[in-house]
Amino acid sequence: MSKIIEQPRFSCALGAQQTVVAIKRGVPILHSGPGCSNKISSLIGQGEGYAGGNTIPCTNATETDVVFGGEKKLKDVIDGAFKVIDADLYVVLTGCTSDIVGDDVGSVTTEYQEKDKPIVYVETGGFKSNNYVSHSTVVNAIIDQYVDKFKNNEGVKKGLVNVFATVPYQDPYWSGNLEEIKRVLEGIGLEVNILFGNESKGIEEWKTIPNAEFNIVASSWAGLDIAEHLKNKYKTPYVHFPYLPIGAIATSKFLRQVGELRHLDKAKVEDFIKKEEEKFYFHIEKTADFMLEFRYGLPRRFYSILDASYSLGFSKFLLNELGILPGKQFIVDDTPEQYKEAIIKEFDNISEFRSAEVEFNVDAGSVQIEIEKEPQENRSLILGSGWDRDLATNLNADLLIVSVPVTYRLVLNCGYAGYNGGLRAIEDIYDRVLNTYR
Amino acid sequence: MGKIDLKESSVTIRETRLGSITGFNGSAKELVTCAHAGTLKDCSRKFSQCMGCNAGHAFCQLSMIRDAVVVNHAPIGCAGDFFGFNFTYRVEQMKRNLPSTIGRYFSTCIEEKDTVFGAAKKLEDTVREAYKRTKPNAIFVTTSCASGIIGEDVDAITEDLSKELGIPVISCSCEGFRSKIWTTGFDAAYHSILRKLVKPPRKKTNKVNIANFWGSHIFDEFLKRLGYEAQYIVPFSTVAELEYISEATATIHICPSLSTYLGAALEQEYGVKEVKSPPAYGIEGTDIWMREIGKVLDREEEIEKIIKEEHERVLPKLAEYREKLKGKTAYVTAGAAHGHAIIAMLRELGLNVQGAAIFHHDPLYDNKDKTSDALAQVVNIYGDIKHYNVCNKQAYELVNILNRVKPDLMIARHGGMTMWGAKLGIPTLLIGDEQFGFGYQGVLNYASRIVETIDNKEFVSNLAKHSTMPYTKWWLDQDPFTFLGGNTNVENY
Repeated sequence: MSKIIEQPRFSCALGAQQTVVAIKRGVPILHSGPGCSNKISSLIGQGEGYAGGNTIPCTNATETDVVFGGEKKLKDVIDGAFKVIDADLYVVLTGCTSDIVGDDVGSVTTEYQEKDKPIVYVETGGFKSNNYVSHSTVVNAIIDQYVDKFKNNEGVKKGLVNVFATVPYQDPYWSGNLEEIKRVLEGIGLEVNILFGNESKGIEEWKTIPNAEFNIVASSWAGLDIAEHLKNKYKTPYVHFPYLPIGAIATSKFLRQVGELRHLDKAKVEDFIKKEEEKFYFHIEKTADFMLEFRYGLPRRFYSILDASYSLGFSKFLLNELGILPGKQFIVDDTPEQYKEAIIKEFDNISEFRSAEVEFNVDAGSVQIEIEKEPQENRSLILGSGWDRDLATNLNADLLIVSVPVTYRLVLNCGYAGYNGGLRAIEDIYDRVLNTYR
Repeated sequence: MGKIDLKESSVTIRETRLGSITGFNGSAKELVTCAHAGTLKDCSRKFSQCMGCNAGHAFCQLSMIRDAVVVNHAPIGCAGDFFGFNFTYRVEQMKRNLPSTIGRYFSTCIEEKDTVFGAAKKLEDTVREAYKRTKPNAIFVTTSCASGIIGEDVDAITEDLSKELGIPVISCSCEGFRSKIWTTGFDAAYHSILRKLVKPPRKKTNKVNIANFWGSHIFDEFLKRLGYEAQYIVPFSTVAELEYISEATATIHICPSLSTYLGAALEQEYGVKEVKSPPAYGIEGTDIWMREIGKVLDREEEIEKIIKEEHERVLPKLAEYREKLKGKTAYVTAGAAHGHAIIAMLRELGLNVQGAAIFHHDPLYDNKDKTSDALAQVVNIYGDIKHYNVCNKQAYELVNILNRVKPDLMIARHGGMTMWGAKLGIPTLLIGDEQFGFGYQGVLNYASRIVETIDNKEFVSNLAKHSTMPYTKWWLDQDPFTFLGGNTNVENY
């Protein structure tokens, strides 16, 4: 059976245009068909940002370009982009048309690189991979073709870390998540290159990537390619925390893992954790009576239709901190084979007492059919996307939209990572539950 | 530019079929004169921003047929617009009191190996699986840049699958690179419906096809009074309804950019009369349209009565609005035909339209009838528009112009354009429902929203104070058409 997808929840390789949009004052230049950018934005681009959406320069390939090649046109558009768009970094990304036809984008772009223009190119023809994978490809290309030029001889800066925790825009809560992850890592005494979004210092911060003492990947698999690349290139070691840390248990575990592996000042780490946990559990304790006493029904079981990182993060959080039991978990991010075993293992040990069943399936349409067949003995919570509204209604389940498409929610700085994110998740889940009563 | 040929597997693109263009700078009158003389030349831009493509616009019309499903033969990124249309589909179901149903759309997920070995098998598997899951009455297969370049014979595959599954499986050729004019995608969708679904009429009915997006049902009462029944197509139709749109008496367009291919083909093939006047926007425009409806539906007397009633009802209120809007200036950015409609309406209300950036221009439509030219009609009724720019959603040109012109109001009719007005502190309005401004009442509807928008300065002026601008100072100081080549009429704002 071929891989087919009903209800897509990620984009193609070119989807990494959003990775560039998430870099402060970064702008993608697309060498692609005319509709690609729009389609990507409509799935994973809520809010145009600085130079995303309709601002994105594009060669808008026509039949002529497909027949005769589009290199000249690309050159024109790059020239124009430098004049018209006020940005610090320009990243040329190719679409299917260019990659199948075989335009030599490298030689076009290299000319500008030789003149020290801040420009990078990456072949991201849609069919090549998806945006979870190409996020890393694009970041690595920026490191190789741009950051590396500024590598200084100052060597490793003690306490400086690069963090790769989430795929911007593919994770609709990337901005809030990164903000919180930066906050907690600073809390244990690190200096953090968060690289994307408002909390980043933009391209100046990227230039210090080679100086990091170590890198942190807080994700199941997306982003590991970057850490591996940096390990090979600059000998920077990395710490891998295998999911998005949500709530106190996971975040404290995350911070301790970083602290222990990198021999940070233990007292400082523990001191920060203690303060944060006190705040966190103050609120949990405050609402424990509600969770135990509310007589009209709270969800007692959950299904997730999410990427690996969120799926694990939420599963551990819901079970261990809220006592909601895991039903079957569905991972829809096209996880590469080599990472599956480790993820399954994490689900096997989801708590001290329990394991959870997990299935990898990109075709969320068939996942829904499977969930509908499950015996519905008690109220369920579904962690999914905008596609799952009818599923939730049919099962009388509560739905928290965590994955794209998020269309039914407007996201600003909401995040679910960390201590603050955990509290926010609880508010959001029970807000939806209570809202079902009239 | 011959007649419509429904035997062809793909629709001929608008550039070839109609001589449509995406770049022009001059006055509206010049554009109309050149277009009617057949001397219009397109100009290309040396710098461009992302637009939209055929595929998205074909999907727009195919994705809301209530008992059909769509298979997109493409890499997964091309399916990025599935959810947006599903969202619209569901919101509009609520408005129509229909049960909530999810749009059933499938991607074949073309991958690297498929570009080498072909993806025919994948397409077959996906169509079969879509059939198994949804038991639809028709399946549309939309193509993509990738499937087009690797040379998949989608037409032959769908033919075989039709026989196998016993329902129409219909290819719709809408590769993104095929046409610079994304509305060619509408033509592609209609072409596939006309070619494989629509049957010769069994009898003639008193139905009138309203070719529209998913606008409000404003024609029900009006047509009832005339003894006819409104049939809104294509979104929210069923396959069975579409099979016999050939039986209708006439076709009405809401937006000729959308549906004149459909209208012309139905007239040519089955004698369904196409209402050729530009859609009814503005008072005089509505008078003209009404009188043609009277002729087409053979209800001239009744129409005169309605015109009289409506004038009496609407004109006094209109005068009040005109008073309020006196001296106000406006700038318009929109798709072609609907842009012309908005311009008509603004000028009807007495606003000074300082210019317009309109996404493309069709010199004449498939019916080859000059009276269908809405821009020509606007120029005739209200006079020339000096700064008329054909610009396929190039935000950089728009920002440059707005920054100079600083109108009291910007009206946009496409997502992603409004913020440039707002960021510059210009009150900006986008109205999604094409039917909102239609007819006599439409002028009043628009007027009330415009008055409200111009009055509401708080949000935009605060936003302008705190906004960043991704365009360079250099660019904002240049002529807005610096990158537009091959045009002789460049004039500075």
